[in-house]
Amino acid sequence: MTTFRNAAAAFAFLLSLLFSGLAAAQSDPAALFDQLGKANFAETEKIIAELGKTGDVKLVPAFEAFSAGDLYLRKEDGKVFVARGTGATLQLFNPATGEATGEAAKGALTKLKVNNTVRRAINNALGGLTLLSPDKAVRFAAAQAVLKSPSADNLALLEAALEKETDSGVRTIMEEAKAVSLLSSDRPVDQKKLAIETIKKIGGRDAIGILRSAEASVDASLKPDIDKAIAGIEDTLKLWDAAQNVWYGLSLGSVLLLAAIGLAITFGVMGVINMAHGEMVMIGAYSTFIVQEFIRQNAPELFDWSLAIALPVAFVVTGAVGLVLERSVIRFLYGRPLETLLATWGVSLVLQQAVRSLFGPTNREVGNPSWMSGSFQLGGLAITWNRLWIILFSIVVFLALLALLKRSAFGLQMRAVTQNRRMASSMGIKTPWVDAFTFALGSGIAGLAGVALSQIDNVSPNLGQSYIIDSFMVVVFGGVGNLWGTLVGALSLGIVNKFLEPYVGAVLGKILVLVLIILFIQKRPRGLFALKGRAVE
Amino acid sequence: MITQFLLRGFDRKIVAVLFVLLAIGVLVPASNLLLSPENPLHVPTYAMSLFGKYLCYALLALALDLVWGYCGILSLGHGAFFALGGYAMGMYLMRQIGSRGVYGDPVLPDFMVFLNWKELPWFWHGFDMFWFAMLMVVVVPGLLAFVFGWFAFRSRVNGVYLSIITQAMTYALLLAFFRNDMGFGGNNGLTDFKDILGFSIQADGTRAALFAATALFLALCLAIASGIVSSKFGKVLVGVRDAESRVRFLGYRVEHIKLFTFVVSAMMAGIAGALFVPQVGIINPGEFGPGNSIEVVIWTAVGGRGTLIGPIIGAVLVNFGKSVFTGAFPEIWLFALGGLFIAVTLFLPRGIVGTIQHRFKARQAMKAARDAESGIDSDTKIQPAE
Amino acid sequence: MSLKIKLSGALLAAAMSATALSGAFAAEDTIKIGVLHSLSGTMAISETTLKDAVLMLVEEQNKKGGVLGKKLEAVVVDPASDWPLFAEKARDLIAKDKVAAVFGCWTSSSRKSVLPVFEELNSILFYPVQYEGEESSRNIFYTGAAPNQQAIPAVDYLLEEEGVKRFVLEGTDYVYPRTTNKILEAYLISKGIPKEDILINYTPFGFSDWQTEVAKIKEFGSAGKKAAVVSTVNGDANVPFYKELGNQGIKATDIPVVAFSVGEEELAGLDTKPLVGHLAAWNYFQSVEADANAEFIKTWHAYTKNDKRVTNDPMEATYIGFNAWVKAVEAAGTTDTDKVLDSIIGVAVPNLSGGYSTVMPNHHITKPVLIGEIQEDGQFSIVKETASVVGDEWSDFLPDSKDLISDWRAPMSCGNFNVATGKCGGKGK
Repeated sequence: MTTFRNAAAAFAFLLSLLFSGLAAAQSDPAALFDQLGKANFAETEKIIAELGKTGDVKLVPAFEAFSAGDLYLRKEDGKVFVARGTGATLQLFNPATGEATGEAAKGALTKLKVNNTVRRAINNALGGLTLLSPDKAVRFAAAQAVLKSPSADNLALLEAALEKETDSGVRTIMEEAKAVSLLSSDRPVDQKKLAIETIKKIGGRDAIGILRSAEASVDASLKPDIDKAIAGIEDTLKLWDAAQNVWYGLSLGSVLLLAAIGLAITFGVMGVINMAHGEMVMIGAYSTFIVQEFIRQNAPELFDWSLAIALPVAFVVTGAVGLVLERSVIRFLYGRPLETLLATWGVSLVLQQAVRSLFGPTNREVGNPSWMSGSFQLGGLAITWNRLWIILFSIVVFLALLALLKRSAFGLQMRAVTQNRRMASSMGIKTPWVDAFTFALGSGIAGLAGVALSQIDNVSPNLGQSYIIDSFMVVVFGGVGNLWGTLVGALSLGIVNKFLEPYVGAVLGKILVLVLIILFIQKRPRGLFALKGRAVE
Repeated sequence: MITQFLLRGFDRKIVAVLFVLLAIGVLVPASNLLLSPENPLHVPTYAMSLFGKYLCYALLALALDLVWGYCGILSLGHGAFFALGGYAMGMYLMRQIGSRGVYGDPVLPDFMVFLNWKELPWFWHGFDMFWFAMLMVVVVPGLLAFVFGWFAFRSRVNGVYLSIITQAMTYALLLAFFRNDMGFGGNNGLTDFKDILGFSIQADGTRAALFAATALFLALCLAIASGIVSSKFGKVLVGVRDAESRVRFLGYRVEHIKLFTFVVSAMMAGIAGALFVPQVGIINPGEFGPGNSIEVVIWTAVGGRGTLIGPIIGAVLVNFGKSVFTGAFPEIWLFALGGLFIAVTLFLPRGIVGTIQHRFKARQAMKAARDAESGIDSDTKIQPAE
Repeated sequence: MSLKIKLSGALLAAAMSATALSGAFAAEDTIKIGVLHSLSGTMAISETTLKDAVLMLVEEQNKKGGVLGKKLEAVVVDPASDWPLFAEKARDLIAKDKVAAVFGCWTSSSRKSVLPVFEELNSILFYPVQYEGEESSRNIFYTGAAPNQQAIPAVDYLLEEEGVKRFVLEGTDYVYPRTTNKILEAYLISKGIPKEDILINYTPFGFSDWQTEVAKIKEFGSAGKKAAVVSTVNGDANVPFYKELGNQGIKATDIPVVAFSVGEEELAGLDTKPLVGHLAAWNYFQSVEADANAEFIKTWHAYTKNDKRVTNDPMEATYIGFNAWVKAVEAAGTTDTDKVLDSIIGVAVPNLSGGYSTVMPNHHITKPVLIGEIQEDGQFSIVKETASVVGDEWSDFLPDSKDLISDWRAPMSCGNFNVATGKCGGKGK
């Protein structure tokens, strides 16, 4: 490894650092950049801090390039450049000034390695440098960077920046960053006291972290204040914790609901023990993959819309597979539900292997569109966007399905056929086609679930297998043949699971939920919302 | 012999199968041990242990048929009883390793040693004694079936609800046995056995004996199952299957009848598991997998549900097919297996044996009809209603 | 009735003729090797690639003229991620197909399942995956990493380079994470990390709802000390784990995650942008700059006709095992198990990171440990490389195994020799 130079060189370098002191050569950014070429990670960190202290805004692009891995060492003279471009030759730029300085072949350059330590140092330095940037968003990011890595070095800069800052949002962050940095500085105790109050107001785990790490270094007289602040934050957090668990539970429940709701149609309404249901979910996920691949290659600008495009595609594809399945296999098995189990188990094996042969056995990458990435804070709740969208999506699917069943002609026919096939038939309903489209509907909804699940789980041939058992549990727990039962069943199982998890761990939590289902079925042998009347027997 | 005693009530088919099983139990080991490898009739050891494994599966399928084919309880959790029996045997075999484990600990199995367990958990005590372990092989699955059935049948959980909670049961056990804290070796399970009753488990003689024992137990359980279904109790059993409410109104305690059958079946599954473990050399939580239990249902269906003989044939055939296909067409065998399941349900809804019996009876009925010049609706006779 | 007799008779006959048939196929001029990797079921996702790798190596070897003047023939079977089926298939390969050696297995359970079969029938297995150690069989070669070839150097990196003071040991609940975490806990305590700064947590197989777990990690990381996650989370559960980390905004610069089961192949199913900087420890990365590696990648792309297929560490382990076997067979002049077992010890073959790997008397191999950071393109940027490390089968950090060593050379010939008592344990005698 070229970057791992031997110890002697490192020692010599440190000596040179020591002796040169604050000489002009030291603060000369160009020379410092060139030293990066030979430095190991620890030295690199120091050089970056040194560069950051220059306060030279012109260095920002070079730092950004370093972070992105675009800083190169020219092998022949040991000089460091920002290099950009694709192909065999790269454009070179002087890191200190940003001027273009010719080009070089890729082979003549060595990329400077970046690791987390270096990346942290760069973020710190960047934070300091960009605090005075004219762009509000950049200042905001800079203040947040400083907030994340408290250092007394930034204090003067922060105070200067605060004086000029007019935007209140940025100001708040800067105040917080100042408080955090102040705590580790040598400022007087009363200033620190105020800082502790400010940090307490930030709240959350990060604040506790900052206070805890400060606890070791501050004056002993401040300790009680810090302890009080931590206790205060923890009390609020405890309240939020319960809410957070509910949120996690809802989110798990919505996933269960999505996975199960198609089954609530094929199994709950039609009585087909559809073991291939999981594979329908899988096909939906693979449809998403295909749509995304197509978009990536032909219209990358549409990527954020890929899921919206994938939804109808997945619905149609899985619906069609369901239709074929119903016409070719299931329709011969009505009235023999246990035999549908065997046939659909066979179908699921075939579908799995087919996908494995077509797409290979490994996971496929389905990307998150930007609006499904990341998270935001709602009070003390950390809410991730993808979970939020999935919850909303599952509710929309549920309501749409409910409306379809209760309000449309097709829904009416479907209910008629399930309740009394002969009567429905004699009223002129084409029962075979109602069957076929009901099954296709259930499959199509499984496909929709696949689109959502592709955002949080593996897209692999085994995807369906991991949801099939849970789906059956949900439908049976909620009560076969009742959509509301499926909704309540899924959400309550999700929430119970998430409340158990912190106490007993994930494995035992799941076991307990299963035991709970078994016991519950003893109490209510037909599930939460049992169908009543003659249709039961 | 017990079989002799039970023979009276049997029909001729069962008797024939019993004799075939006993003959296999004697002839295959004999050919393995006595004939030289060059002899065309010699059965190689690996083929014998493979066939022994199929016979274990056959016993498991037979156990399932007793509850599903005759009592209408579709258990999707019979693999759990099988695995529990297997674990009981596995624990005995682990204790037999003694100080020959890799760490040389006289008491603790290897997996406990390297996970820093200091003493044997209480439930491992007693398993160094063969009789105790064998008792547990039937008691543990039986007890689980009893407790589970006691609640489920009293609450009149039936049909698909029952199937799904049996699945939940085996799934919960799967997760539980995966946990290393349970003390059953976690995911790796129990393996690397040395000997059974003092005989090396790898010796041809032991393997032959195990094979013979498997065939014998299969025959024995077939005799018991046949005895049950052809007795008066068996008639009530079929009644429960076909019209549970009516049987209840006639004054029978349906839940007791179901419970008895379920427990007997679970014990048989436990025995199958116990015979399985020394022959394949490993027991691990994978056996609790819901997929495995579903496969048992499929063997039974392929062979013919409610025929007792069918499940045996189905289990052997499907597993033989699986062995051949996974070797011959490793990339596409799942298509073949999946296709087989679909084809059997569509074209042989009665299973292999069921279809043959049906044809046979239909022909007889036709003959009788021709003789008597009156029609008999042969369709309603054999096929059990759901 | 008589039908059953006929049926079972036919069945037996079929079983036997199948044996006879495959026996007849074994032409004299080939050497057979077995490939025992799951091609269906839950493990197919990882193992199928290794099957392809073995087939490619066989093809390449045959282009060079085969071994001992004979062509190699690979016998591929599918044990379908079913552990008893692994034992059955192993028996099949050895007893029926008479293979000279087998390349296979991924999970420890599958290896444990076939181990007695290989010992009983005296054949050779090359096992190419990192594992928990605590095993040394006369008939198995462990070409993947033992804990000291992966886990301990990774933790060293965290301690030294990242300055980590608090550790979350997050794993899937099975034997490999349990053992590795036991070893790491002992190691960390020996390095002066207090017990309350180590959090050990387990999740089930295929776990997909990581919200609570990730929140717990976040909480643990906010105690004012630099924290990191050491992940022994297994295959399938990784994708949702990393997705949740990304979404909850845990960046590598805040709480780095170092994983032992995440390689190029796993990352291929992920959007790696939010994961840049998270770490993995292996003995090989596709991004290694070495001629042997460039050549290997080229051959792999040509063989799979897909220049996007990634290579990974278990493939390198397979490569090393295969070449070591070829060299040992050529040295022994025969494929006879006992002779190959003798000649293979000490064999050194090039590995893909530019050095050599030697088969040691404990049936493990030497190889360097690489620490890599995930990059945007799904590859790893290597931030640290150690010198070659000998695989340590009996960990020094577990009280019961620290006195054990393994040496399969002639006088000792023991897999678990106890240096304290001077006796060979249960095996090898």
